[in-house]
Amino acid sequence: MKLPEEELLSSGHRGCAGCGASIGVRLALKALGRNTVAISATGCLEVMTTPYPETSWEIPWIHVAFENAGAVASGVESALRIQGKDDVNVVAFGGDGGTVDIGLQSLSGAMERGHNLIYICYDNEAYMNTGIQRSGATPFGASTTTSPQGKNSFGEDQHKKDMPMIMAAHGIPYVATASISYPQDFMKKVKKAAEIDGPAYIHLNQPCTTGWGYDSSKTIELGKLAVETGAWILYEIENGEFNLTHNLRKRKPVTDYLGAQKRFKHLQDKEKEEIQKYIDAQCAKVGIE
Amino acid sequence: MVSTGCVIKDPGNSKKNKTGSWRTFKPVLDKEKCIGCDKCVMFCPDAAINKDHDINYDYCKGCGICSAECPVKAIEMIKE
Repeated sequence: MKLPEEELLSSGHRGCAGCGASIGVRLALKALGRNTVAISATGCLEVMTTPYPETSWEIPWIHVAFENAGAVASGVESALRIQGKDDVNVVAFGGDGGTVDIGLQSLSGAMERGHNLIYICYDNEAYMNTGIQRSGATPFGASTTTSPQGKNSFGEDQHKKDMPMIMAAHGIPYVATASISYPQDFMKKVKKAAEIDGPAYIHLNQPCTTGWGYDSSKTIELGKLAVETGAWILYEIENGEFNLTHNLRKRKPVTDYLGAQKRFKHLQDKEKEEIQKYIDAQCAKVGIE
Repeated sequence: MVSTGCVIKDPGNSKKNKTGSWRTFKPVLDKEKCIGCDKCVMFCPDAAINKDHDINYDYCKGCGICSAECPVKAIEMIKE
């Protein structure tokens, strides 16, 4: 796909230098085009793009609470439909906290009712905006301010919640995982989500220089490492049919990925092995060697 | 004055906030080396590189992603 020129997320936003979320939203809006209404749950994206009275959004946009992006997106979609404006894309953006934790109930309702909308979770694997607190999407072993590593702790002791599969269990027509480091794949999925009649959910892995602890120039490299090690698996589920969208021939050891980030620096061999085993099992489930 | 419903009626007005002042390293593109792959355009978090690969220093925060991702190493990061 040729990259559309129009910028619908303007410069001047307050995202950190090297911010992955802004890359993801820029690409998503390029794929969707101007005829789009966006809804943002509270989170990094909302805070950095709209310090009142400024906004970086070039399209109609609503900020809502952590809890109700799914509900508000449902309302926007219903209002447009009743006015006969069926050609408008409705897209909601929630961070991992706003999606897998706090916004889960309203998102589940929106999916179950079958609204024609796209929900994109930009997942940086913790509550980055408020100071790196762990979320349900924080991976095992990561040190955050509420799961700090120390004498008696190796950091987060739960594995990441399998949110895309929870969405798939709703029986919605389209679920996909994506990464900002694979922009063509991501934009293709966003386009597909827009074309499908009914709810679509895309879970976007998005490295965070501030929360993960790496040099700001390595945002894309980290996203690639997540995919190349199998820590993040790219797939789509269209009308119940599961397909891998990135053919991983040879997986890199997860230590390549862990070692590049400060949040995993403290891990001992025991925890690293456990993470590798977990990834092996996750990959085996979907037929990746 | 806060508007009713905190509505902002000027889309994209964050452009008045020149984030280029955050920068400590400046990306400089050697157009002779550039192969026009658009990776830098695609991956810039601040939409600071246009289709002609001109870098807008008013907004570039100097993250260095463009330089790191350039397949022909045509972008050098230089200390300001």
